[in-house]
Amino acid sequence: MTRPNAAAGPEDLIKIYRTSTLIKQTDEAIRGLLRRGRLQANYYSPRGQEIVAAAMAATLQPDDYVVTIYRGLHDHLAKGVPLKALMAEYFGKVDGSCKGKGGCMHITHPEAGVMVTTGIVGSGMPIANGLALASQERKDGRVTVTNFGDGATNIGSFHESMNLASLWKLPVVFLCQNNLFAEHTATELCTAGNIVDRAKGYAMPGILVDGNDPEAMYAAARQAVDRARDGEGPTLIEARTFRFEGHNYGDPSSYIPKEMMAEAKANDPVPKLRALLIERGIATEDEVAKIDADAAAEIAEAVTFAQESPYPDVAENLSDVYATVLENA
Amino acid sequence: MAEITCSQATQQALDEAMAADPTVLVFGEDVADPEGGGIMGSTAGLSTKYGSRVRSTPISEQAIAGAAVGAAIAGMRPVAEIMLMNFITVAMDMIVNHAAKTRFMSGGKTAVPLTIRTMSGAGIGAGGQHSDMYEAWLAHVPGLKVVVPSNAADQKALLKSCIFDDDPCIFVETTYIQFVKGEVPDDYEAPLGKAKVSREGTDVTIVGYGRPILDALAVAEKLAAEGISVEVVDLRTVMPWDQETVFKSVAKTKRAVTLHEAVVQFGVGAEISSRIHEELFDTLKAPVQRVGSMNTVVPYSAPLEQNFMWSQDKIEAAIRRTLERK
Ligand SMILES: Cc1ncc(C[n+]2csc(CCOP(=O)(O)OP(=O)(O)O)c2C)c(N)n1
Ligand SMILES: [Mg+2]
Repeated sequence: MTRPNAAAGPEDLIKIYRTSTLIKQTDEAIRGLLRRGRLQANYYSPRGQEIVAAAMAATLQPDDYVVTIYRGLHDHLAKGVPLKALMAEYFGKVDGSCKGKGGCMHITHPEAGVMVTTGIVGSGMPIANGLALASQERKDGRVTVTNFGDGATNIGSFHESMNLASLWKLPVVFLCQNNLFAEHTATELCTAGNIVDRAKGYAMPGILVDGNDPEAMYAAARQAVDRARDGEGPTLIEARTFRFEGHNYGDPSSYIPKEMMAEAKANDPVPKLRALLIERGIATEDEVAKIDADAAAEIAEAVTFAQESPYPDVAENLSDVYATVLENA
Repeated sequence: MAEITCSQATQQALDEAMAADPTVLVFGEDVADPEGGGIMGSTAGLSTKYGSRVRSTPISEQAIAGAAVGAAIAGMRPVAEIMLMNFITVAMDMIVNHAAKTRFMSGGKTAVPLTIRTMSGAGIGAGGQHSDMYEAWLAHVPGLKVVVPSNAADQKALLKSCIFDDDPCIFVETTYIQFVKGEVPDDYEAPLGKAKVSREGTDVTIVGYGRPILDALAVAEKLAAEGISVEVVDLRTVMPWDQETVFKSVAKTKRAVTLHEAVVQFGVGAEISSRIHEELFDTLKAPVQRVGSMNTVVPYSAPLEQNFMWSQDKIEAAIRRTLERK
């Protein structure tokens, strides 16, 4: 069923541009810091996947839940994790969203609805079901979006979670960000059939969408989110996208055919959206330039904040393991 | 004599085992050459050389471990790779309920001669889900053998011992030392269950395995200048561990410190300490001390992670505690 009002309006597109610009520039800043040795982190760049997260977030309410993975910067920022807290966490500083204890692979910021970021492939989905179960019982109207990669669709937890979510009609959206590679393995070499078709086996709608197309991605997200919110159960979205920077920072991506990479970069979705906004008269060059400049300023401020924030006291190693520090540990 | 890295040691062991025995299979995530021959290059060249006997798998740890169990029951010698030890949690049913118990539950009619290679270790800022050492869990399961080498020569020789052993073996490579080079003599062998006395001494014995052995040797060298003579026993195999060598050493030194990278609580050090007390209570001059990482989650923040880890200072302090009693 196609729902009314599922199309992205001009305001939505501007919002998606603002979010994806913040993501793109933050990613570039982080890689710059890593390159200059100012930051040590195991970093998984979402460069190229910005639109997926930004368009999805544009359909969500502030208190909706998001679960994501180590490649999560785009999802975190799109859902509204404050940049300062995020950046400080990357630096392992006390002002980080997890006091520096979790790190960039495990950003958690409940205030923004970012409930879990996992480093274990596939493990977000069963937990997302639990968040959605809580919403279903409490009737709080929240939707949970669980993000994962193409590679994660081959692990048992994906199948178990899809089945349970469908069976219980949980208000959850399974958002597979298919960037065509799982670590160094091309998706088609490790995945039987099409990911989106797996929805059928679990009696839920499956939507295949170009995740780099903001309007198509928004429409897909909107349908799935509305369906979940209306109590009709889960949807699987397979959003086709691409990652420009390899699996993790320092990966030379030698397993990606050069032409494939070149073509993807030629279709960089963020500048493309920028051009679209101007072309359609949704925003002027000055207006988008301001969005770009605002992002740059916010990032510069957040990096300084993170660098100046102190490290946590080593006593933090023994707190937060249990609700109260154990006497007999 | 060639100097090679630990990851090259693994590559050579696999290559030699595959050349020697056509039942040896290798599979895991990204292990074949088109996918880079393993994230550390430990399986480089093998798929080119051995074709379908070396396969990259989907990200499906349960299916990887299960395929290893099945192939082993059918008479192959699979070497499955679980990229990092934390991901073994996803495959625990296959390892604990199946690999470990199959021989016993079948009344000896079937066996599971598999090897699971995995990697872990703190100190690289990888945080709470990519750094844990879980060897104590696995050593706690009757039916499994567990090996944690500390250098290239042992990594090569012990991996071959695991592959040709008739029981399921968990082989743990420590991330941090995979690019450390060492000499590997051509005919070097290391049987399972045999410790190595890495340094002889007379005042106190350090019993450990894996990466912290390097720190134990450094501390032993430092304390030698003060006239404290430290013996370092590298267990190499955690289960079954070489009690004979350990008891002989501690009977001589009368003091012992256990050492591992894993957190101290309920760790392998507790088992070793307990056995030493049972066997040598009357000989000991001091209670056995345990050194390991702090009883908490591996933290991300660099200063927290350093504080979390075992250290040369902690080893030295433990040694001094054993020496306080005359
Ligand atoms: C259970 C588990 N197995 C293996 C890994 C190692 N690993 C980390 S990311 C990754 C690839 C995941 O690919 P995909 O799901 O497509 O997500 P992407 O990284 O492309 O965003 C692998 C194999 C892991 N983190 N967890
Ligand atoms: Mg992927």
